[in-house]
Amino acid sequence: MEILHGIFIDPFITMYELPDLLVQVLWEGFVAGTLYSLIALGFVLIFKASGVFNFAQGIIVVFGALSLVGLHSLGIPAFVALFLCIGIMFALAWLVEFTVLRRLVNQDPIILFMATIGLNYFLIGFGEGVFGGEPKTMITAELGLPTGAFDFDILGGLVSLQQIDITAAVTAGVMVGGLAVFFNKTRIGRGLRAVADDHQAAQSVGISLNHIWIVVWFAAGIVALATGVMWGARSDVSFALSIVALKALPVLILGGFTSISGAIVGGLIIGISEKMAEFYWGPLVGGSIESWFPYFLALLFLWFRPQGLFGEKIIERV
Amino acid sequence: MNDTVSNNDQMAAGAPAVDPTAGGRIGDVILRVNEISLSFGGVKAINDVSFDIKKGEVRSIIGPNGAGKSSMLNCINGFYQPQVGHIWYDGVDYTPMRPHLAAENGIARTFQNIALFKGMSTLDNIMTGRILKQKASLLEQALYIGRGKSEELEHRAFVEDIIDFLEIQAIRRTPVGRLPYGLQKRVELGRALAAEPTLLLLDEPMAGMNLEEKEDMSRYIIDVNEQYGTTIALIEHDMGVVMDLSDRVVVLDHGSKLADGTPDEVSANQNVIDAYLGVAHE
Repeated sequence: MEILHGIFIDPFITMYELPDLLVQVLWEGFVAGTLYSLIALGFVLIFKASGVFNFAQGIIVVFGALSLVGLHSLGIPAFVALFLCIGIMFALAWLVEFTVLRRLVNQDPIILFMATIGLNYFLIGFGEGVFGGEPKTMITAELGLPTGAFDFDILGGLVSLQQIDITAAVTAGVMVGGLAVFFNKTRIGRGLRAVADDHQAAQSVGISLNHIWIVVWFAAGIVALATGVMWGARSDVSFALSIVALKALPVLILGGFTSISGAIVGGLIIGISEKMAEFYWGPLVGGSIESWFPYFLALLFLWFRPQGLFGEKIIERV
Repeated sequence: MNDTVSNNDQMAAGAPAVDPTAGGRIGDVILRVNEISLSFGGVKAINDVSFDIKKGEVRSIIGPNGAGKSSMLNCINGFYQPQVGHIWYDGVDYTPMRPHLAAENGIARTFQNIALFKGMSTLDNIMTGRILKQKASLLEQALYIGRGKSEELEHRAFVEDIIDFLEIQAIRRTPVGRLPYGLQKRVELGRALAAEPTLLLLDEPMAGMNLEEKEDMSRYIIDVNEQYGTTIALIEHDMGVVMDLSDRVVVLDHGSKLADGTPDEVSANQNVIDAYLGVAHE
């Protein structure tokens, strides 16, 4: 009885009595959600184009952020370093295409998936070798990212919005909008959707698989770089980030592996629900449920909509 | 053998002249396959085969299953690279041919096992055939300004014409994965036509179709060939269709060339009768 009360009644009473706290929790969830969305977006792009779940996406986030910090520590101005990092992301995309994808055309998706696991461990080793394994601080101020907070005296309490969080949310919004236009309106976008659907048919109309793959991995790299900068600014830049990036999995299960809008909505649902669960229901079991709650939610979701909220329904004529 | 198809009046119009080079329809050699051999491991798919295709003709490739017909088309458009031999197309030696080179130089194709973009609508599928014709910059396309806009309208109009021609207006917006087989084949033809091909490779465009669908498809092939002068390389099992549509026929068996000539010559060839037609006629 006590437990049921704790699950179904108490949290809602708290929400009602302390609305400022609720708003704060919702905001925290929203910000975490936008970052999950960004990471998930990187996965979606690559999955759409090559049908591969790119296990290395998380480490690419770390790698992007590390490169930026590393280059800056060599005395290169922040913005120059940022442009160099974009160049590094392009080089990475090209290398992945040339050394991995091109060799594995027409192989099963599981083979490509294995290849991305290999890429993941290669990048971890390479990154540690070049930049060292210890956590670093993101060059937030040098990049001109705001660090203060807006405090609002509302709802009978204090709601505090970190400016870096607002920046992260806006960045995510801009990237998503830009990518949506790019992939829906341009011929590369049409080519991308074609490649995702059928390699042979795409080749027969003159779409070059190699170009599309480079473009997509580059786009995913840019998204990863942005994620790395934003996330690094909120905590620090370390290899642990690549574990956080796996939170994209439940996001993708919720949103569907092929949908850009699904990645956004899924990310927000995961972000908000994990913070809510942690804050209001966590104490019942001694806290720290936010690390597993998203996976639990994803599992529940699989029962009802295996293709995700926005995933393309699999059409198969029998 | 299915004879009824050949009774169709419209098909009679496309029947070959006695001398295929007579009249202005058929021009010079546009594609020459020279002594090509293709093997997968120990399996010889194509063994020292040569033939040519003349501009404006309908050239059929026939043969029993496993004769190497599809492999031949795959070599022509660059999906496979033969280990031996040359492919000349439009005066240039393409060795090796690559899929994007083929597409850029006006070779379009359809597939034996339909290869469409199943999640996309009919319209979008056919639009992908115009991808190489789009010249606007990405920015213009993304913002839908300048050439981005004018081009989109122009290509859209072209695609609508194809849709009218193939009589698939009603399924314009339907995701092709939901369409019945016969219509999917038609959409695939539409996508190939959207590229305004010089040479159109059709791999069993009528497989699995009923009589009515076959007649429709034959009519489209004849119309494309006559109205636009598109050269057509056709793989087909229905002998009635092949004999009616083709100007010349090349017969493959077990990867080797068995015969080459007009439909009449080929069907009178004893080797061919033994290997193939004889079985079909019982």
